[in-house]
Order: sequence, then structure tokens, then C-alpha cells
Amino acid sequence: MTEIHVDQIIDEVRRMCIEANVNLPPDVCRALEKAVESEGNPTASSVLELLLENADIARNECIPICQDTGMAVFFVEVGQDCRIVGGGLTDAINEGVMQGYQAGYLRKSIVSDPLERLNTNDNTPAVIYYDIVPGEALVIHFSPKGFGSENMSQLKMLAPAEGVEGVKSFVVQVVREAGPNPCPPVVLGVGIGGTMDKAAVLAKKALFRPIGKRHPDPRIARLEEELLELINDLDIGPQGFGGRTTALGVSIETFPTHIAGLPVAVNVSCHVTRHLTTRLGR
Amino acid sequence: MPNHEACQGCAKECAAAHRRAATRQSASLRAVDNSDDVVHLRVPVTAKSELIPLEVGQRVLLSGTIYTARDAAHRRMVESILAGEEVPIPLENAFIYYAGPCPAPPGRVIGSVGPTTSYRMDSYAPALIEKGLGGMIGKGTRSKRVIEAMVKHCCVYFAAVGGAGALLSRRVVNAELVAYGDLGTEAIRRLEVKDFPVIVAIDTRGNSIYERR
Repeated sequence: MTEIHVDQIIDEVRRMCIEANVNLPPDVCRALEKAVESEGNPTASSVLELLLENADIARNECIPICQDTGMAVFFVEVGQDCRIVGGGLTDAINEGVMQGYQAGYLRKSIVSDPLERLNTNDNTPAVIYYDIVPGEALVIHFSPKGFGSENMSQLKMLAPAEGVEGVKSFVVQVVREAGPNPCPPVVLGVGIGGTMDKAAVLAKKALFRPIGKRHPDPRIARLEEELLELINDLDIGPQGFGGRTTALGVSIETFPTHIAGLPVAVNVSCHVTRHLTTRLGR
Repeated sequence: MPNHEACQGCAKECAAAHRRAATRQSASLRAVDNSDDVVHLRVPVTAKSELIPLEVGQRVLLSGTIYTARDAAHRRMVESILAGEEVPIPLENAFIYYAGPCPAPPGRVIGSVGPTTSYRMDSYAPALIEKGLGGMIGKGTRSKRVIEAMVKHCCVYFAAVGGAGALLSRRVVNAELVAYGDLGTEAIRRLEVKDFPVIVAIDTRGNSIYERR
């Protein structure tokens, strides 16, 4: 049985918080570079070039890509044969977030209570989802989620009769209604199936998949491509100033559901879709 | 070069990105600075009439003084106005930037400081516009009520590039806390900016860049 000390987890989370916020992941950089080449609208191209320049500055000078350094979201795979020692796992993750957001000069954006709204001043607590999996490793997936785009996310309980056409029209409607507000070009995570809450978590999880990496099921992969095409026909464009580049990517995750239901959740993310994974233990 | 611990681990992973970045030579912002159709505007303006020639879609470089304020600061300012009290900043001809910056790392005047989404300030903005506000800087759509107040009181709405906070921070030459320090990033700060790039999103006649179709 592998033992993992919480100090190691704290250090790793601290590092991830800073790195994810200053270093736009390679999949997003490549998607932006590709978009510059294919975008025919000159205003749109110049915005995309500014976004790439912004990412260069952030990376070279180690300052956040975007001032919204997000709410810290984690998906953690806990190997059932690994043992966390020295303290609690959730506490360790929150301690890492606290240290990372302080040391990295990242913005503290979390309020203690949704109605009272007092800033916690350390960007905790994080939102953490745990999966118990076989093996001895602890795999931590991290994404700082900005709220300009999070606010544009929607969920709908479709009737089964609405089928794939209903799914498509809902996803496109979410992007149309969001318009310029979520900092397009957006990245979409779509969760289909499960229960209401499961669909939302699947949508969030889909955002962790690198842009352009298609779903293993060719049927779902085709749907991802079709949705991307439909969305890029909306002429919202970068910053909503018009153009072909409204979305950089669409990722879908599915789960079995009830005979009566077809839940669909759309988690909207901006062009600063940050994600990092680290593996501890064996 | 990286200036703190964050990038020690990423050097290898990002070598390719660094190489591609080098070939771009950071020319895109310079292209905006030097483009023929860009307008220079000193803020605050001395008279609202200076805003009338601005047309939707025009690129503008702002220099002078602007104030950051977002959700919580707007709430407090409008509460003060409703109570008949003074607000902590001069509103006449002034420009408010919807932004909550990152803390300034050593050697910088401010951290990343891009615009936040403007619609959340829509319920508060008309009260400030009525008090003589010259303009707002943010991103995204505005409500009908805000646009009507803008037209009535000759106010302009600029969009800055959302998600480009690192780049925009280079155009801030000084930053100073003015009020509501307890709000952290949501406090009101006075920013001195030089050639801060924006685009006219809604002009003083109410034309909007977001309504093309």
C-alpha cells in the first residue's frame, strides 16, 4: 500500500494553482493559433492575436493570464489502495489552494456565503469531486474556473422525445444567449444523462478534456463536431465582435439515465480554459 | 524570464509554446497602437461633447485616470446615492472600469487587470450615469435601461478585451486604493493608464457593436 503524505499534496496543489493560472495549456494555445489562420474577419483575427500575445506575456512574466483566477475546482481520483497520512485530504487540498493563491499573487475571488458575501481572502474553499478508483495512485485534476463564463452555463431537463435534435438546439441556444458575455471564443463542456446533478458534474468534467480530443464513442465524437460547426455559424466571434471563431472546442460526457429523462447541462468556459493534472504515488 | 517559483516546473513542458511565442514577437498590440484609425482620448474628459464623435466599433487608446469598481463597490455607491450621501470618487466626466485586479507582484504596479462582464452592473449604472459619469469600460451586452440613460446623458461604453488581463496590466502606470478597502479585489482603485486599448461598444447615440444582425 502506497503512503502519500499530505505535505506532498499541499506542495503539489500549491504549484498547480500557480502554474495553471500563468500558463495557458498547449491545447488552448494551439486552438487559438489554428483559429487565427482560419478566421476571415479582420477584427476577429486581431482579437485572437491579442489573446495569444496576452498568453505569451503571462507565461514569460509569470502573471495570471486573466485576473479572474477562478474558483478552484478539483476532480480527484483516489486509488483504493493508497493511504493518505499526516492529515485530511480535503484539508490538504484547501491548504494548497490557500498557499498557491497567496504565493502566486492570484486573485482571491471566493465569498464565504452566497448571500452574506464576505471574501474569505484566501480563495478557499475549493470545489472537490472524489472518485474512488482501483490502484495505489492519487490523481489530481485541477481547473481554476472563471465566473464570467460560469454564469452563462445552463441546465435543462429535456423529454426523451426531444432526442439528439433537442440536445443540439439547447446547446446552441445556450451559446446564443450567452453572446459576448462569457469572453468568446468559448470552450463548452456538455453533460448528457444521469440525474440533474450528475449531468452538471459531467459537463464540468468534460471541460478537463484537452480541446480537440474527441469522445471515444464515434457517435458522440460526431455530435461534438457537429455542435462546434453549428456554434461557429452563429457569427458571435471573439469578444462578440463577429467572426467564425465563437467556440474553440466542444466536449461531451454521457451517463445512463432514467426512462423518463434526458438531462442536458452546458458548462460554458472562456478561451482561458485552464486545466492541469498531476499524479502522486504509483 | 519567469520571475518567481511558478515556472520552475513548466520550462520543459512549455518550450514549444515559448518558441512559437518568440516567432509572434508580440506585435499585435503594437499593431493596434499604430493603426491609422485609432483615436486617442484623455480621461476624464473635460466635456461630454468630446464623446459625441466616437462611433461604435472605433478603436480608442485611453490615457489618464480611470476608477475600478465592480459588483460590491457599485452596490455601495448606489446605496450612498439613494441615502443622499457622497460617493468616494468624482463621477462627473469620469470613467469607471469594471475590473477586479490580481494583487501586484513585487516590481509591478498591478496584477492582471482585464474587464469583467458588464451586465451585472446594469441595475446600478443608470444612477451613476445620471450623476454625470462619462463612460464605462467592461465587456458584453448592456440593458435597454442602461442604453437609454447613456443616450439621455451622453455617456459612452467601451469594451476592453476580456481575458487579456496580463497584456492590459502593462498599460496601467499607477494604481492606488481609493475606497472600500475591505472588499479586497472589489475595492475602488484609481488607475493611471497610458494608451489603454478599448473599442467603442455602445456610442452616445446608443448604437451597439453587439447588435449587428
